[in-house]
Amino acid sequence: MDVNEGTRWRAEVFISLRPGVNDPQGLAVRDGLRRLDYTEVEDVRVGRYVQMWLRAPDRKTAEERVGLMCDQLLANPVVEQYRFSLEPA
Amino acid sequence: MRFAVVTFPGSNGDHDALMAIRLGLGHAAELVWYTETDLSRFDCIIIPGGFSYGDYLRAGALARFAPVMSAVAREAEAGKPILGICNGFQILTEARLLPGALLRNASLEFVCDWVWVRVEQTRTPWTSQLAPGTLLRLPIAHGEGRYYVEAEQLVALEANGQVVFRYVDADGSPTADANPNGSVANIAGVCNERGNVVGLMPHPERAYDRFVGGDDGLRILASVLSVGLEVAHGPR
Repeated sequence: MDVNEGTRWRAEVFISLRPGVNDPQGLAVRDGLRRLDYTEVEDVRVGRYVQMWLRAPDRKTAEERVGLMCDQLLANPVVEQYRFSLEPA
Repeated sequence: MRFAVVTFPGSNGDHDALMAIRLGLGHAAELVWYTETDLSRFDCIIIPGGFSYGDYLRAGALARFAPVMSAVAREAEAGKPILGICNGFQILTEARLLPGALLRNASLEFVCDWVWVRVEQTRTPWTSQLAPGTLLRLPIAHGEGRYYVEAEQLVALEANGQVVFRYVDADGSPTADANPNGSVANIAGVCNERGNVVGLMPHPERAYDRFVGGDDGLRILASVLSVGLEVAHGPR
C-alpha cells in the first residue's frame, strides 16, 4: 500500500484489563476518590489510551488494520481488551 | 556448555548472568546483541532481567520484535534450554513462548527482596538436578511480576506440570504472605509444554555465591549442565 494514498484517519484506541483481571491501579484510584469524599464511586478501571494517524483507502480497511495492530502489539489479548474509534483527520 | 546471554537496549541483568556463569559455574558465556539473527552456536540461552525498551507499552512487549527473538524462537523449537529471568520472563510471555502474562504487582510497589521459592517441577533442564520440593532462597526485584492466567488455563498448567517454581514461606508453604506480588497460585516460574523454555521472576543469576548473599541460584544454572553431559556422552 502506498503510504501517501487514501484518506488520513485518526484512530483512538482504548486498552484496559479484561473483566475479572484484578486491577490494583483502579482500586487505588477508587480509594483515592473516596477519600476525597466522592463516595458515589463504585468502581474504577485504569487503562491505556493510544492515538494513531494512518492512511487507508476506506473506513473498513482502516478498521481491519487497526484491529490487527491491537491484536499484535497494542494490547495483550491474554489479559487486555480494546476498543477504538476512527475519524478522518 | 556455551551460554548465550541476550542484551536488549535497557537490559541490566545481562552482566550479572555473565558473571554467574563465568565465576559461579566456570563455563563460557557470551553476550549477544539484540540484533543477532543466529544463535545456533550456543547450547543454551538466557534472556536476562532489566527494562528492555524502557518497559514501554508493556514490559517485554517491544523486545519481542527484536531480530534476536526470531532466533530465540527457532532454538526453542529445536528444544534448546532457554531461561527467561524477570524481564526475560516477561519477554518470553509476550512472545508467546511461555503461557500467561505478568501484570503490575498487586501492591503497586516495586518489590526488592529475598524470597523463598519451591521447586515444583524437575522435568525442565533448568531444574533437572534438583529434588522436587527443594527450597531456594532467591532475590526478586520487579514492579510487574504478578503472574496471571485464567482459571481454566491454570488447571491445565498444573495438570501439564508447567508450574516450575512457587513462592513459599520458610517452611515451604505457599501462603498469601509469601506471595510478593499477587501471582495466581503463588506462581514464580513456569515452562512451556515441552519443558525446555523456563521463565521466572526471581533472579538466580544474582545468587551465585555466598559473597553476594547466597548461592541457591547457582543450582538452577548448574542444572542445565546435565544437558551438556548428554550432548557429550549421548542420552543416558
